[in-house]
Amino acid sequence: MRKPRVSTWGGVAGAVVVAAILAFVLLPGFVVMIAAFNARAILSFPPESWSWRWFAKALAYDDFRAGFRNGLIVTGWASTIALLVGAAFAFVLDRYAFPLKRTIEGVLLAPLVIPHFTIGLGFLILAAELGATRGFAVVVACHVVLVLPFVLRSVYISLRSLDQRLELAAASLGAPPGRVLTTVTIPLLAPGLVSGWLFAAILSFNEFTASLFVTAQRTQTLPVAMYNYVREYADPSMAALSVMYIVATAIILIIANLFLGLGKVLNVEESR
Amino acid sequence: MKNRAETSGIEQKSAPPAGGQGFVRLEGVSKRFGDVVALHEATLDVRRGEILTLLGPSGGGKTTLLNLVAGFLLPDSGAIHIAGQPVTEVPPYRREIGVLFQNYALFPHMSVAANVAYGLRMRRLPRPEIARKVAETLALVRLVGLENRTPRQLSGGQQQRVALARALAISPKVLLLDEPFSALDKNLRGSMQLELKEIQRKLGVTTIFVTHDQSEALSLSDRIVVLSEGRIRQVGTPGEIYRRPTERFVASFVGDVNVLRARLEEVDGEAAQIAIGAAKLAVPAGTLRGCAPGAPVELFIRPEQLRLAETGDETACEGVVSAHSYQGGHVDLHLASEAAVSGRILMRWPGTEAIARWPVGTRIAVACAGTEAVAFPASPS
Ligand SMILES: Nc1ncnc2c1ncn2[C@@H]1O[C@H](COP(=O)(O)OP(=O)(O)O)[C@@H](O)[C@H]1O
Ligand SMILES: [Mg+2]
Repeated sequence: MRKPRVSTWGGVAGAVVVAAILAFVLLPGFVVMIAAFNARAILSFPPESWSWRWFAKALAYDDFRAGFRNGLIVTGWASTIALLVGAAFAFVLDRYAFPLKRTIEGVLLAPLVIPHFTIGLGFLILAAELGATRGFAVVVACHVVLVLPFVLRSVYISLRSLDQRLELAAASLGAPPGRVLTTVTIPLLAPGLVSGWLFAAILSFNEFTASLFVTAQRTQTLPVAMYNYVREYADPSMAALSVMYIVATAIILIIANLFLGLGKVLNVEESR
Repeated sequence: MKNRAETSGIEQKSAPPAGGQGFVRLEGVSKRFGDVVALHEATLDVRRGEILTLLGPSGGGKTTLLNLVAGFLLPDSGAIHIAGQPVTEVPPYRREIGVLFQNYALFPHMSVAANVAYGLRMRRLPRPEIARKVAETLALVRLVGLENRTPRQLSGGQQQRVALARALAISPKVLLLDEPFSALDKNLRGSMQLELKEIQRKLGVTTIFVTHDQSEALSLSDRIVVLSEGRIRQVGTPGEIYRRPTERFVASFVGDVNVLRARLEEVDGEAAQIAIGAAKLAVPAGTLRGCAPGAPVELFIRPEQLRLAETGDETACEGVVSAHSYQGGHVDLHLASEAAVSGRILMRWPGTEAIARWPVGTRIAVACAGTEAVAFPASPS
């Protein structure tokens, strides 16, 4: 489609505004990245001398190492469980009519409305009741609830844009329902499933508020470990960790983009 | 392996249908969607090896009938048989039918070859045999060389051929096509129609074809079923449907037709005498049951069955030329006339001379050129 044309001055002004917004969005990340290379043990900007030593310190710090490992455990379980549950629910919501459909849909999407600290507190009370405050189970369960709406939405959107005539065609060619699922439905949903999982994983790995309530010393995730660290120290190792965080996330997104296309990863692309 | 059809290697698997019945048989099949009766008590025999076309306006129930044969829908009542076997409760994947969808429904994540091989893989045929059948079928639809493309890399016509190849590769008992050519431009549509007919003849596969395009139905079919509002209106060869419609709806839906006010003179066995102006015409009496002599009737007569009245002719009616429209091979002459129910009469002339001879405003007298017409009781409006 043809876009309306903009006058030269309008174009320049537009470019300036866009650049300003981009700068504003990227500014915090940029400041932290610079601060990470400060040779001195203070969080200041801009640094007077430069060093890599905070990276080494962050990598060697036991709480961060444990937090990273715990985070991976929690994220892996939580996003996988959320994917299975969310995909099953999305499938049922898309394919079947049943009483209370709207209500159930609403409940499943509710964590978008309920604050994270409420969910965290709720799980903490429940876990205390069950005497399970020290285990991973409560952390994983809490994260499943938090990321479920995102997975559900991602898979649901993919399902809506799946042409059901493809499944009918497969059936007419002799594929029983199970094989239709494995040869047509799931392969065509794969981008939605992967993006749902990835989105859930990133959210879960970064989640702090609810995690603060439900994690114990033994199960604390990286954001919680960072919070505990920053309460006592204010050196640039936090900033160094942030840089590693950003780089790792970027690498994951780039890889996903190579295989799926960014539009599909973020589920913003119109399907044909 | 059974004998193979000469060149193609695609065989028509079929048990002989029981006792001279249709190869595909619907008995009193009905389907409702809520309050909408999509198909009402349809009884139909599709003969082995024929192309049967379901023709009717959109919403008439054509797709519903096709989906019932395919097994995508379950009938509310009635029974369906394919090749003598009751299949009413059989799921689609065990019916051995080939379906060509309107939007082709090619698997976007598979190559052309994998699309065509899909049904064969589901049948767990050995690899070399799959490869052989895929190659044969692609040759049949003239797609050799495109095996490794994905559907997105093909033109609409090519996608259509892949879809056809995919449906035919499994040697289906019945081939179902739902408005397959409606998305193609006119030239391509014509050539695809011819090609489909050729392939169908070569394989002898029993085919049910859906269209709302009456000229496509007339040119492609062995027999036509006219469907509207969920009911079968008439079943017959294209000639029968065009020349001897048994219902008012069929007469006006298929082909151009003039509806003229006339009068029933007498009924003599199977024939009825109709008076229109000074002209007399014999039409089938079947459509006029219950009409007494003298009753007003409406005469449905094709444009090519009308001509200019010459001296000595009995004039059927008169009209004033209101427009010409040049159609290439012939000219359509539009007349304004009291005698027509719509107030307009359409006549056809070969060549272009009609434009000069009867300019707009000329009053001309019309006579009947043939006896092919049908009459229905005058509508009570
Ligand atoms: N899945 C459905 N749900 C509700 N109504 C339907 C459905 N499929 C078809 N219909 C209705 O049934 C009637 C026949 O439809 P269809 O068989 O698609 O007609 P055609 O193919 O001749 O255009 C229409 O009135 C249509 O609205
Ligand atoms: Mg239809």
